[in-house]
Amino acid sequence: MAEPILQLVGLSKSFGALKATDDVSLDLRPGEVHALIGPNGAGKSTLIHQIAGTLKPDTGTLRFDGRDIAGLHMAERVRLGLARTFQVSSVALEFSALRNVMLALQARQGSSFRFFKDIRSDRTLTEPAMAVLARVRLAERAAVPAAELSHGERRLLEIAIALATGPKAFLLDEPMAGMGPEGSKALTSFLAGLRDEAPILLVEHDMEAVFALADRVSVLVYGRIIATGTVNEIRRDPEVRRAYLGDGA
Amino acid sequence: MARETAFNIVLSVLLVAAPVATSLLGEPFYVTLATRIAILALAAVGLNMALGLGGLVSFGHAAFFGLGGYVAGILAVHAFNMEPMFAGIPGTKLMPVIWLVAIVACALLAFVIGAISLRTSGVYFIMITLAFAQMAFYFAISWPAYGGEDGLSFFVRNNFPGIDTLRPLSFLAICYGLLGLSLVFFHRLQHSRFGSALQAARQNETRLAAVGIRPFHVRLAAFVISAAVTGVAGALFADLNRFVSPSMLSWQMSGELIVLIILGGVGRLYGPVAGATLYVLLEFALGGITERWQFFLGLILLGVVLFARGGVIGVFAGRPRHG
Repeated sequence: MAEPILQLVGLSKSFGALKATDDVSLDLRPGEVHALIGPNGAGKSTLIHQIAGTLKPDTGTLRFDGRDIAGLHMAERVRLGLARTFQVSSVALEFSALRNVMLALQARQGSSFRFFKDIRSDRTLTEPAMAVLARVRLAERAAVPAAELSHGERRLLEIAIALATGPKAFLLDEPMAGMGPEGSKALTSFLAGLRDEAPILLVEHDMEAVFALADRVSVLVYGRIIATGTVNEIRRDPEVRRAYLGDGA
Repeated sequence: MARETAFNIVLSVLLVAAPVATSLLGEPFYVTLATRIAILALAAVGLNMALGLGGLVSFGHAAFFGLGGYVAGILAVHAFNMEPMFAGIPGTKLMPVIWLVAIVACALLAFVIGAISLRTSGVYFIMITLAFAQMAFYFAISWPAYGGEDGLSFFVRNNFPGIDTLRPLSFLAICYGLLGLSLVFFHRLQHSRFGSALQAARQNETRLAAVGIRPFHVRLAAFVISAAVTGVAGALFADLNRFVSPSMLSWQMSGELIVLIILGGVGRLYGPVAGATLYVLLEFALGGITERWQFFLGLILLGVVLFARGGVIGVFAGRPRHG
């Protein structure tokens, strides 16, 4: 079996008496979509924050691409190849879609401390940025300020930015949120093709998307992972059914 | 964009033509007025890099303005008295050397202040930058070697090779030259990779971190550059008045720089120029009528903040566009 790109071992995080993350072990292997599901308040967001670097775990190890990343700033984790998208779209609203993607490209090229060259005519940024926007079908909207993009377009822009950072793994936090059935379907098929580029850790409420995409599913309840397995195993697991899917599922 | 460019050109032409014309008509006082505009605008262009592009509301830029002023004053006094400073380093009356020293001194001070202040944000950042500037203010007041509370006078304006700086128009030309350079620099910065990261830090710092750039590093660099530019303006201000005093370090000075930018247009290339022009002209026009001219400045500022967020430039040229 291939070496996992992302590996969590015994991760825990408490807020006072509340154990938001309780001894979580989880890994992400090359070529797979690993979905993380769980009811509201299960601690999915807290876990994502710890992997991305906005929260520090109390105990446990966090390895990415062969190195311990627990002490690294979020920006450094992204530069190592851990790209993330946000549950609520988070882009630079005054910038055009193109310029949002260009920002990710310049970070990837490691060249943000250049003070003179005009980026508007810098083809090492504009051309690859257009190519990334074309991949998510946003090319015609490249010049539109992000603030004027529709909700769905902003979700796509988030994914374009993540793509532009040159990721070795994706951390997607509810990419389908608020997308509507049509948009969800289109995004699902796009993400399905993405796994060959880099594996995806997917947090998602849209069960249709999860069951269509996931190679493996982990179920988080009250900060603990109660089951990990293929979609069929998870569907049959009695504990999962009780805790999460509801008996009728 | 075209309207903004037109506005900038008209303002530039007026700022050059008016003092030259009045000088020819034998009214050199207006040259001093224009020089004040140029110097305050330069200081505000510096602040506009941190405040306008980076959203860093520094309420302590007087520290850099004053430090630049004291660099000019101290070097000039030592050169005039022919007595070396500490470690036997001689003073100098050469403006380019003074500017360079001011840039280095302000950059170092800004690095220290920024490294501490930029760990906070919002109102805490405003207060901590204010606190540092107040420390500099009281340090200057209580240090008798260079005049303390009374300030430091030097008798002859510093020199620039090949230019008679005692002629008001020549000194004005030097100030305009530096202001022009700072505007070119601001424009390049705004559209550079660094400027892009800096503006992203203002709009959404989580986003900037999530593409792999640490907001702290970008902001610190911007703060240092911003301080260096404001410091050069301080050195020129000292040369204009042939006098430096702790008032250059006061919180009123920091506030004045912020007011200039808000009046003119935050983050706009010519915002500081428009703001400084309006400010100095108001001070001149209303100051002749009443000592309480700042009451009217307050009314105008209120009007700008309530009805014209983009400042003077916003009124003439509309909202800014990003590429």
